[in-house]
Amino acid sequence: MSENNILVFIENNNGNVNVNVNVLQVSLELISKATELAKTLNVKVCGVILGFNFHLQNEMLENIAHYGLDEIYVIDDPRLKHFTSIPYAKAISALIRKLNPNIVLFGATTTGRDIAPRIASELKCGLTADCTDLQLGEYTIKNKTYQNTLLQIRPAFGGNIMATIVSPDSSPSMATVREGVMRLNSVDPNKKAIIVNEKLSDLNVFDSDFQTEVVEIILKEKSVDLKNAKIIVAAGMGASSEGAITLIKDLARTLGGEVAGSRPVIDAGVLTKDHQVGQTGITVRPTLYIACGISGQIQHRAGMEEAKRILAINKDPNAPIFSIAHYSIVGDVMDVIPKIISAYKNKL
Amino acid sequence: MCLKIIVTVKQVPDTHNITGDAMKADGTVNRALLPAIFNPEDLNALEEALKIKENIRVGTSASASITVVTMGPPKAVEVLKESLYRGVDDVVLVSDSKFAGADTLATSYVLSLAIKKLGHFDLIICGRQAIDGDTAQVGPQLAEKLNINQITNVEEILEITNGSAATTATTTATTTFKVKRATENGYEILKSKFPLLLTVTATANSPRPASAKKVMIYKNFSIKESELSYLSNAADTKEDKHNECKVWNVNDIGADINLCGVSGSPTKVKSIQNVVLTVSESKQIANTNENICELVRELTREHILS
Repeated sequence: MSENNILVFIENNNGNVNVNVNVLQVSLELISKATELAKTLNVKVCGVILGFNFHLQNEMLENIAHYGLDEIYVIDDPRLKHFTSIPYAKAISALIRKLNPNIVLFGATTTGRDIAPRIASELKCGLTADCTDLQLGEYTIKNKTYQNTLLQIRPAFGGNIMATIVSPDSSPSMATVREGVMRLNSVDPNKKAIIVNEKLSDLNVFDSDFQTEVVEIILKEKSVDLKNAKIIVAAGMGASSEGAITLIKDLARTLGGEVAGSRPVIDAGVLTKDHQVGQTGITVRPTLYIACGISGQIQHRAGMEEAKRILAINKDPNAPIFSIAHYSIVGDVMDVIPKIISAYKNKL
Repeated sequence: MCLKIIVTVKQVPDTHNITGDAMKADGTVNRALLPAIFNPEDLNALEEALKIKENIRVGTSASASITVVTMGPPKAVEVLKESLYRGVDDVVLVSDSKFAGADTLATSYVLSLAIKKLGHFDLIICGRQAIDGDTAQVGPQLAEKLNINQITNVEEILEITNGSAATTATTTATTTFKVKRATENGYEILKSKFPLLLTVTATANSPRPASAKKVMIYKNFSIKESELSYLSNAADTKEDKHNECKVWNVNDIGADINLCGVSGSPTKVKSIQNVVLTVSESKQIANTNENICELVRELTREHILS
């Protein structure tokens, strides 16, 4: 068994009733990124997946491997059907001790952000949260230079700075990575991974570690899909009246886009939380982002600045949103939006 | 039974409300000019603790006590004072220059020792994350260091039930805690026994304001000069309680200095880059029908609109 590999936590929605078991998009993105890092480091990409009844899911495991996995460690146990912190964290910690990887990656999901810190604490290793980029590079401290160390890049300080974090003496370096920031590999149907089955008892997980009882799992239908939207029409406090929201929904429907909102609009209860774009909401990368009555606080910009085009509509000519907009219209959204709708309809 | 609750809090720069005053000419933030505030989700954690304390039935022998712990510079006494204003029973400032520069691992180590020094506890409530780092790591790391169960991202505490029929039970070992945890797909309803650590989200509650009566009681609450030196041997007497803040240093909690602050932090900041959000190419579109029609045509030509 070779050491210094890259280990990716492969998260699945195992245990969610009425949903086919599948792997989260972010895990596939991490495998893809790991293959790039592994090439430079000349190491293997390994994955670890926990859950129940994977023997029924052979095809799924094979499909994951197509993204570039060399080895996949499967921990299959009825007690892992639902995620709970201690068993998951202890099993992965034990596997890390056994495999001795150089880098361990998790999605920055509620599960990833729950267990990664617990694992880092147990292993006393460095962990960087919510990375938006991973690179390999040099780090020098006190005349000691580390080659090919993991550079973990993340927004910090409310998104006002981008920090590059390293854990040079930490074995392994661990990071959680945001969904949607790493490019997916193209699928290679010939790529096969070695499947290794691991037992919980061999990983020092015992009955006494199952301290959380899962009473119920309530799935909530997501009404919007901002991540995959090509066009987003977003409301700020300057467009939060009932009339303005109706117009924004109209415009989104006309253009075939989704409706979003800034944090104050969500906090005011005008739109639900799944519509929130920004630092504490969703990071989006649409082709066109239409910011209606959004002042452009840095927290909001952090969630949408990577839109290919930004059209800003605001009454205040000094609104900060105009500093990042490709197209600026100074005016009232109640007046401007009907003009856009009519221009679009007449163009056809 | 007396339920012992510990709440961990942090004083943070207010990164969420950056006003023009804190912006530099180059479009970056002057961090020194940001006001120091009570980390917002820690106020939600505190509120959950205060609600539990209030909801434990009056007239029975059941009760709850809340101790607030923070690690930070002497100035962080401000968030402890704010906690007292809202009705907590005791506060501790864990402060030493050796703790400076700590990442989440070193922070959770120091907090875990301070909590061990406080003695028996049932429940630790933390804010989900602090707005200066947004890591959400200290809660789970603290739970691991104390070897207790954790439930993160809690939106609601649903039920506290005592397995033993008598509320006069002297232990909380049979008490079960039921909470609602928010996930990407919806919610989980989870149960756990004590001891337990929860991290609480901003949507859990609306934190209460300070009580005017408590403000009067604790208005002079501060760190005594002697507490900042090693010469202190002042006992924690009742007379001092309303005025004097307990301060624990590296020796008080028996910490290994190699595991504190910068030396105890495996992560290092290699570089930071200020974020300047401006675009090079920007078009001003006049608010007229012709100009907006031209814009729609241009976006269509470029396949941005279909």
